Amino acid sequence: MKIRHFANAATTILLGATLLAAGCVKKPSRVAQGNKEQVFHFGNGGEPADLDPHVIQGVPEHNIIKALFEGLVTVNPKDLSPIPGVAERWEVSPDGKTYTFYLRQNAAWSNGDPLTADDFVKSYERILNAKLAAPYAEMLFLLEGGAEYNSGKLPDFTKVGVKALGPKKLQVTLKAPASYFLAMLNHDAWYPVHTPTIDKFGKRYDKNNRWTRPENIVSNGAFVLKEWKPQVEIVVTKNPKYWDANQVRLKEIHFYPIESNDAEERAFRGGQLHTTNTVPTDKVDSYKKSGSSLRIEPYYGAYYYRVNVDKTKEKNPALLDPRVRRALAMSIDRDSITKNVLRAGQFPAYSLTPPGPAGYRPKEQTKFDPDGARRLLSEAGFPGGKGVPKVSVLINTSEDHKKVAEAIQQMWKKELGIDVEIVNQEWKVYLASQHALDYQIGRAAWIADFPDPNAFLDIMTSGNGNNETGFASPEYDKLISDSWSATGAARIEILQKAEAILMQEMPVIPIYFYTRNYLIVSSVKGWFPNLLDDHPWKFIYLDENAQPDKMPVLGLAQ
Amino acid sequence: MAVTLAEPPSPATPAALAEVEVGHSLWQDAWARLRKNRLAVISGIILLTMSVLCLIGPFFTPAPDVQDLALYATPPSAQHWLGTDTLGRDLLARVLTGGRLSFAVGLCATFVSLIIGVIYGTISGFYGGKVDNLMMRLVDIIYAFPFTIFVILLMVVFNRSLLLLFAAIGAVEWLNMARIVRGQVISLRKMEFIEAAEALGLPKSRIIFRHLIPNVLGPVIVYTTLTIPAVMLLEAFLSFLGLGVQPPDASWGVLINEGSKSMEEFWWMLVFPGLALSVTLFSLNFLGDGLRDALDPKTSKD
Amino acid sequence: MFKFIASRSLQMLAVLAVTGTITFFLVRLAPGSPFDQERNVSPEIRRNLDAYYGLDKPILTQYWRYFSKLVTTGDFGPSFKYSNRTVTEIIGESLPVSFELGIYAMIVAVAIGVTAGVLASLRPNTMTDYVPMSLSMVGISMPTFVMGPLLLLLFGLQLGWFNVSGWSSFGDKVLPALTLGFYYAAYFARLTRGGMLEILSQDYIRTARAKGASELRVVLKHALRGGLLPAVSFMGPALAGIVTGSFTVETIFQIPGLGRYFVTAALNRDYTLVMGTVILFAALISVFNLVVDVVMVWLNPRLKFD
Repeated sequence: MKIRHFANAATTILLGATLLAAGCVKKPSRVAQGNKEQVFHFGNGGEPADLDPHVIQGVPEHNIIKALFEGLVTVNPKDLSPIPGVAERWEVSPDGKTYTFYLRQNAAWSNGDPLTADDFVKSYERILNAKLAAPYAEMLFLLEGGAEYNSGKLPDFTKVGVKALGPKKLQVTLKAPASYFLAMLNHDAWYPVHTPTIDKFGKRYDKNNRWTRPENIVSNGAFVLKEWKPQVEIVVTKNPKYWDANQVRLKEIHFYPIESNDAEERAFRGGQLHTTNTVPTDKVDSYKKSGSSLRIEPYYGAYYYRVNVDKTKEKNPALLDPRVRRALAMSIDRDSITKNVLRAGQFPAYSLTPPGPAGYRPKEQTKFDPDGARRLLSEAGFPGGKGVPKVSVLINTSEDHKKVAEAIQQMWKKELGIDVEIVNQEWKVYLASQHALDYQIGRAAWIADFPDPNAFLDIMTSGNGNNETGFASPEYDKLISDSWSATGAARIEILQKAEAILMQEMPVIPIYFYTRNYLIVSSVKGWFPNLLDDHPWKFIYLDENAQPDKMPVLGLAQ
Repeated sequence: MAVTLAEPPSPATPAALAEVEVGHSLWQDAWARLRKNRLAVISGIILLTMSVLCLIGPFFTPAPDVQDLALYATPPSAQHWLGTDTLGRDLLARVLTGGRLSFAVGLCATFVSLIIGVIYGTISGFYGGKVDNLMMRLVDIIYAFPFTIFVILLMVVFNRSLLLLFAAIGAVEWLNMARIVRGQVISLRKMEFIEAAEALGLPKSRIIFRHLIPNVLGPVIVYTTLTIPAVMLLEAFLSFLGLGVQPPDASWGVLINEGSKSMEEFWWMLVFPGLALSVTLFSLNFLGDGLRDALDPKTSKD
Repeated sequence: MFKFIASRSLQMLAVLAVTGTITFFLVRLAPGSPFDQERNVSPEIRRNLDAYYGLDKPILTQYWRYFSKLVTTGDFGPSFKYSNRTVTEIIGESLPVSFELGIYAMIVAVAIGVTAGVLASLRPNTMTDYVPMSLSMVGISMPTFVMGPLLLLLFGLQLGWFNVSGWSSFGDKVLPALTLGFYYAAYFARLTRGGMLEILSQDYIRTARAKGASELRVVLKHALRGGLLPAVSFMGPALAGIVTGSFTVETIFQIPGLGRYFVTAALNRDYTLVMGTVILFAALISVFNLVVDVVMVWLNPRLKFD
């Protein structure tokens, strides 16, 4: 009897195990399979709002759209310098205001239609048309008459600075010479769209238009849209009609909208992704130690605290004194924050603008000097922090913002004797509070659209939508507008002077410069680190013979 | 007499019915029965110990918000019994102070939801018909209303405070309670002893408070003990929205949430707050079951 | 019964109208707009956006426009965030997924919960009570955001039995269903145990026992019907909650369900999507509660429809 029972039990267990095993035969991982077939699996961080280049504004959208569309110029993957895209060459007038682009004869849409200068004119008209309400229309305000057309002051689009001089010849006239114009052309807002398709599937100025669906879309990039399963994946496949199709080696790219960075990291470790959008802070050490996939690259962005300096709206009178603001800035131990709290190679920031592009280096900076900070505070009439009302720091809910704020809270208490209250708000409430200047000190971040110090310093001009501190200095505004027309060393010097004003007045307390942290398997080739984290898809391919990557051994496996 | 519930055998006269007190004897009996239930007693003791620890423990640990950035997430040691978190703060101190908040929120908010839910559900179930329909549809409406928006608006209109936190949680948690109580009351109402009481013309409030509510205590206690953990975790979501604890303070819900993100690297950051919560929940539930059994007069007869 | 259901359906319409109206106004009162981003657009462009979505009109005009369109055409309009998709489309894609997940989770929850509860009630305060009840508690003392990743690490990464994310093969559905089901199992176990104990101590059960009916028969035939009452009245909200409130589980396992929209729509201030999800949720709640009320009458013959 006993033996029979045992046998029964054993059979059951065996059967169960076989069934399980059968259901879960180890297939090669998605990444290994992808390497063989040139199929790239990309962790895209979120579901794109749309794939219409004129309507979108986020990074996940941009990652896909730059595979589907191409502008007049594209970028060198190594240094982001402009290289020919749809335009094979261009001429610049001596005053730097007029550009003539010669489009490639073989540039075409994915349905076979030739791509003409007129397509660009119609595209620029569409994004500038107020009826479409494109958030990035501002990018094209650089065109002569662009802003006026958008606001309705100039009803006639033929007066706007873009003209088709022939089917393959396009003339663009700018409001003012801009050294970064060509770099800007790689932005979604400047991509052409196929207006006949847009008109066919809806109204041209209606965002809710079905033309971006896989079955409808016509595009001109290296890839075409094959599948769009919301919240699951978006698949693009190689475009045979692309003028440079020979260069394109990837057959397909799958974009996964994984929002949670923990979930994304697990998918990466499970061999489902070639790259991730980001990496959880706590996992950085493990990947540094035992994995081979972590990338930490400088990124053109700054993390800083805004101080509300608007006399009517700042509720903490002590913060209206620049000396107090400088004291606060000088008592933050940024080395300790980047090393102990953030731990992923971020750089301590002593100015708003990261050094680097266009040969810019800030001249006057803040520093970590607690003694000096205490002296400044006494000078301002608050020896030992006495008399400073409790300072409130506004953050939006996030683990990392919270940790940085908690660390700074302790530093200000310890070095200056100032009590700090951290207020966390849900994202949109936080944005609204900052917008209404309903805060004392608030967390902020700025990531540049193009590699130039103006991308940072412009935002602090008075009345700029992204200033949000109430800071207004005519002297500063003058310097910035001078910098637009200056060039070379003279321009750098002007920008340094502007930055010096910021560091004296301290409406923004710089904390650290971003790094781009993500995971990537070693089979990905043609992917180069750069300041804007821009990796043009047409140069990327997968190494079939790559060895599986070493993954860190974590938690349960230890 | 085919069916009765917790009430004494069928009442004969109004006078006799009036005499029937839920009061003394029931509670005394219940207490005696509860004391005999070993697991419930142990649970009670654990709960008591836990609350005492959270109340006085933090006086003997380092302050929960003092950081030592160099002590990045160190495992348990003689210095820090439960280890430190990623800002080098003593985890024991954080778990204990977090417990104060979680207990306060768990108990107060649950109490609020209990009172509203039981009274609302009983009235709705007792009166039935149009009243019931109206009251229950109101529950449906509140139930469907987006909680996230509700909380965000609450914070705009009022200043954030602990009271607001209780109000926000109480406002949603009573809904299920009301439904369950109503369901129970509807089936009780058809029972002989209630119909008899009604036939005898006893005041409705008396029927409700003396006869109905004591009889729904069983499911109510059980559901209450289930509400407490839900509330403790809901509080973590509310801190996400900016209501509830503000950094550097943390509740168990917030600590567990943080710990769950780094469970593979720093197990202690999840295990200890998680353990504190689990032990509390288990004790609460076994105490709840014990109470339920003790308050059910039938169990003693078996 | 037909009359009962018809009258409840009418009431449901009223519930939807009231819920929709309150939500319409309150969601617009909440600070922050659908267009607020880290990077602000210029005031002119902001004006264009407001005009495009009709947000520059007085709120009552907006209300009238929205509801007259909704009532006459049943059109919830395009989403604010996902601008080329309509709310109906988004819900149509994600609701079936959530239902599927919800049904699996409900099966897990009821199977574990009711079994544990019934077992526990047979011999209260013995090991057959403590062990199943303790097991059923695991799910509730371990929130889904702990349970989910734990299951994934063990069965996904360590043992390699399941994919770490996705929602295509049947295998992808096992871990999410367990995670969500375990949580609700605790509720069912405790409510069932309580309900069963209440019934088992009643006279008619004693009578049945005294007549010599087998224990199994007593439980299945006589006690279960009444004993499940509390669990059943919880089932309505639970089902609605499982279908719509699986935000965490959907995020952890990367499931294209509706749950995430309930949270993200509100966080994004996606006005139209909030309206769509709230009205849907109200409808689900009403329907499930109606079903529960019908089932309760069936379980307890003494009740009548009124």
